[in-house]
Amino acid sequence: MGNAPGGAARGRPGGRDLAKALPWIAPALALILGVVLFPAGVMFFNSTRDISQSGVDKGSVGFDNYVEVFSFPYFWPIFLRTIVWVVVVVVFTVLISLGIAQILNKAFPGRRIVRLVVIIPWAASVVMTTMVVYYGLEPYFGVINKFLVDVGLIDTPEGYGWTRNPTTAFVWSIVIAIFVSLPFTTYTILAGLATVPSDTIEAAKMDGASPARTYFTVVLPQLRGALSVAVLINIINVFNSLPILKVMTGSIPGYDADTIMTMIFKYIQNQHKVDVASALSVVAFLIVIVIVAVYVKVVKPTREV
Amino acid sequence: MTVTETRAMLSVDAERSPGGRDRGPARKRRYTEDQVPLGRVLLRMLAGLVVLAIFILPYTIMFFGSVKTKAQIRSVDPTYFPTEWHWENYVNMWSTPETPLPQNLISTIVISVFATLLVLLVALPAAYYTARFRFPGRMVFLFLVIVTQMLQPAVLTSGLFRQFATLGLIDTWAAMIFINAAFNLSFAVWIMHSFFAGIPKEVDEAAQIDGAGRLTVLFRINLPLVWPGIVTAIVFTFVACWNEFAASLVILSTAGNQPLSVALTKFVGQYETSWQYVFGVSIVAIVPVVILFMLIEKRLVGGLTAGSVK
Repeated sequence: MGNAPGGAARGRPGGRDLAKALPWIAPALALILGVVLFPAGVMFFNSTRDISQSGVDKGSVGFDNYVEVFSFPYFWPIFLRTIVWVVVVVVFTVLISLGIAQILNKAFPGRRIVRLVVIIPWAASVVMTTMVVYYGLEPYFGVINKFLVDVGLIDTPEGYGWTRNPTTAFVWSIVIAIFVSLPFTTYTILAGLATVPSDTIEAAKMDGASPARTYFTVVLPQLRGALSVAVLINIINVFNSLPILKVMTGSIPGYDADTIMTMIFKYIQNQHKVDVASALSVVAFLIVIVIVAVYVKVVKPTREV
Repeated sequence: MTVTETRAMLSVDAERSPGGRDRGPARKRRYTEDQVPLGRVLLRMLAGLVVLAIFILPYTIMFFGSVKTKAQIRSVDPTYFPTEWHWENYVNMWSTPETPLPQNLISTIVISVFATLLVLLVALPAAYYTARFRFPGRMVFLFLVIVTQMLQPAVLTSGLFRQFATLGLIDTWAAMIFINAAFNLSFAVWIMHSFFAGIPKEVDEAAQIDGAGRLTVLFRINLPLVWPGIVTAIVFTFVACWNEFAASLVILSTAGNQPLSVALTKFVGQYETSWQYVFGVSIVAIVPVVILFMLIEKRLVGGLTAGSVK
């Protein structure tokens, strides 16, 4: 946040300034307090209540909902799977985006069209992108499945039951999550590449550095700011992601492809346990905050941006 | 602070950044020798073509699927390309029994349009004032905006569900308009804030000396200058609302109230899914927002400069 250009010279702002400011900021404040912070409070409160399936609050139960969350036999597998989900998706997204950004940063005829096409998965509904992959993997009639048969990667058009088996459905979900995260990440890296001074690169070349060496010693360090922000936003987005797993693994019975986020929705929608869902949401909420805090502390994304 | 800043950075004006545009020989040559050998250009085009193919592939499958008949799309020996083009799918799909798709489309439009208008109405004054004036609590307010940026509806769904149930707004468009507006507010405030902050204060003062009031300054002088920021905020908000899924899934239970993103998931796991209709509707839903997003493409690659230089 930079310094506001206005008012700074007029000395310390006082109560009258606040009164003048209110009409301008009060609507935004009301929306943030009423629809973001208040529900967060409601969620924390509900996590300590006993709420019936029909929604009646039957009083406090202390930390019983948390006990139910942690004593659920699938909780720790789900927790570990969530970590795998976030780490694998974010790491591959960033690595692939670095490559794509490198391509899109070079001049060639038609580059603008390629850049525009890269936007599509960003703007398109994730649900719809996921559904086309789900269809493509269907046994016999799915075209991705057919392609895998045609190139000899799988033996029979009966397919692999890609979306019937929790493990393969989860792996394909990871692929889709990477795919839909690429545009934002690529564009962030492109923004970073635009700040790399070309004379530094020229200087490295003059010194006889190979292109690879130039990239790792000159370009990559300059991308630190862009990369740390891309990683942070991707962590938050991927952790909070629901639609991909909902479509790909939602119809598989059991809990072998769930993450914390899909589990929250199973508590709400399938079991109608809003109280337990709130407890798990609070856990998720705290995990996000801890990740962000640790990340900002370790990486210090603001430092050399 | 970082998240919001960079999302703002990403959309800051790209005209001055070398990566932003193709035009101009000086820009084309960065990173490379002055003369790029033809072979290398061809190699780059090939790499670009591969990227293009990968990114367009799912949507090509979608489009080809949308013009196949049910028999063709569910054939045990499928073809990659449609053998016949059944454009009538785009008419027939609206009366499919799984979900009332015309209502779902209306729902998506109403929620997105009103949420975007609400964001604009609420974020614009806040962005203008926080960029132009100091007041006690200004930093607290901006901190709140950043905190909101870190949160998404998915993690707060159970709280939102209970709150809107208590208010009697569960299963209403109003609830989703408020939720979409609230969670997209921070980005809109931030991007417009950075644009307002970029206008020299002297511009305002000159206008005021000429006798313009504060509102006149805002509407006549500032708005035309921050227009690109407003457009960016509108497009981002609209596209996010258009595709919102997690909160709608829980808040909207009546089939007719649900947006397309939620309604389409009902086709999954059906005994005989009419995939051709799913894809037809998807194409209709995707094309307009992709075009909107492409319109602000220039602003997606901004220098990291404007947002971060303090």
